[in-house]
Amino acid sequence: MRRTTGPEIERLIQVLAKLPGLGPRSARRAALHLIKNREKLLVPLTTAMEDARDKVTICSDCGNVDTSDPCTLCRDPRRDRSIICVVEEVGDLWALERAGAWNGLYHVLGGTLSAVEGIRPEDLSIARLVERAGHEGVKEVVLAVNATVEGQTTAHYIIDRLKDLNVATSKLAHGVPVGGELDYLDEGTLTQAMRARRPF
Amino acid sequence: MASSSFVVTRLTLTDFRNYAALRLDPGPGLVALTGANGAGKTNLIEAVSLLAAGRGLRGALFEDLARQGATRGWAIAAEVASPEGETRLGTQWMPEGDGSSQTRQVVVDGMPQKSPGILSHHMKVIWLTPAMDRLFAGPASDRRRFLDRLVTANDAEHGARVLVFEKLMRERNLLLEDMRPDGVWLSGLEAQMAEAAAAIAAARLHAVQALQNHIKFLLKGSAFPASILSLQGDLEDRLKAMPAVQAEDEYRRLLLESRGLDKAAGRTLSGPHRSDLLVTHEPKSMAAALCSTGEQKALLIGLILAQASSVKEESGAAPVLLLDEVAAHLDRKRRAGLFETLKSLGAQSFMTGTDEALFNGLGKDADFLHVEAGIVTRQ
Repeated sequence: MRRTTGPEIERLIQVLAKLPGLGPRSARRAALHLIKNREKLLVPLTTAMEDARDKVTICSDCGNVDTSDPCTLCRDPRRDRSIICVVEEVGDLWALERAGAWNGLYHVLGGTLSAVEGIRPEDLSIARLVERAGHEGVKEVVLAVNATVEGQTTAHYIIDRLKDLNVATSKLAHGVPVGGELDYLDEGTLTQAMRARRPF
Repeated sequence: MASSSFVVTRLTLTDFRNYAALRLDPGPGLVALTGANGAGKTNLIEAVSLLAAGRGLRGALFEDLARQGATRGWAIAAEVASPEGETRLGTQWMPEGDGSSQTRQVVVDGMPQKSPGILSHHMKVIWLTPAMDRLFAGPASDRRRFLDRLVTANDAEHGARVLVFEKLMRERNLLLEDMRPDGVWLSGLEAQMAEAAAAIAAARLHAVQALQNHIKFLLKGSAFPASILSLQGDLEDRLKAMPAVQAEDEYRRLLLESRGLDKAAGRTLSGPHRSDLLVTHEPKSMAAALCSTGEQKALLIGLILAQASSVKEESGAAPVLLLDEVAAHLDRKRRAGLFETLKSLGAQSFMTGTDEALFNGLGKDADFLHVEAGIVTRQ
């Protein structure tokens, strides 16, 4: 194939194309945009990425990503340390934080059990969760995993591993979304919502 | 205009099978498609079958549906009349990546949809093809698929439940291959499998019961023999005798106890994936598999007609019927009986055949179309 740019630009495009949401076409546009805006974008981006490379670490308590270990959330004295919310990925933690729905601690599993993908209990941060849940003062573990087959299998697994500890376990409710219309809900969700109804 | 049945009022094909560009406004009742072998009769009804979710009546790969030489994939557009009014449905497939993508786009009234499943709200279609002739004598898996499609016609969630069960089962089978399988993980999978299995079995039983009622009423005194349906399976048998919760519990225990056996076999030996639909020729009290070829065909047509009647009752409108090469196997009396039952159902029915004489008894209300090398002419 005939080469149209030097290998440095080609490499930049190839790396950018590996980012989620970017394909080869958008990667080329992004690369060109960065090169055109050298001072305004390329230099600050390089610095930001170098900083991230040097400083970002994974919290050894909860599995969150941050620039300190333990992470900002785990060190926050205003947080309720007796309750732990279990999520699959850091993205889920961020979603819950954006909602401001949780004032306890988190625990990031790093994925879900999947025999077909070869992800086993020891590949997830489950042993660490059991250890944390056994600490004095922990009262409840909330499972905020996805309502997928893999998520629910993982939830079953964790609940079994926690059953001998003196902690309550709970999971997120499934049902009618806020602002949702019944008419548009699928039958599965409606059935779940009806089963999980509660006093008004 | 609202209609009391689902009716394809206009069909437009682009680069689909042997049709480069076709526009057809089929009649609302019986539609006879005649032409030589390979003219494209089945291709035309296959296009209609893709107005429902799934891979159509041949179960073909989407890349195989594109016309030879076409580089931009294929498209099917249709106008469908139903009691809800007129809906424009469209579906297309375009080669992406290595060109073997198995997802197609679906558009309803100009709005792109997330999944083809939505089609079941706008269109109901049932088909009978020569490939189904060995349904009774062939493998149980064919009958199970037939049954599950039957259930899905009135219960759109059923397909998803079956997929969930199969996924869980694959996970369990893989785990059992381990030297020392993780018992806690297996229990989690089995609990979910039991829940899905009980729901699958209950939906199947309900659908078979409904179908049996329609067989009784629709086929009484008709040209087609009635059949007795019976579902056989671990869950189905239990559900006939005990409450669903108990059946679910027992199946979960069965899975737990048969881990060793399943491990040795390399698969899960019991469950809804092993169920079978047993069909008996009622007038002869004979298992369908033992009946003559002609009788099996008649039984099968009877089942399809009863299914159409059941869908009509549940959804309030008769489904579109696609009957591939159906007339050729029937004697004159049964052929007349088929046309009569189709008319009484009020279903738009596409029938294919090589010989025009097969459709002589259709009457003047029918739409006679001749297909030749991708071109359709009205007779």
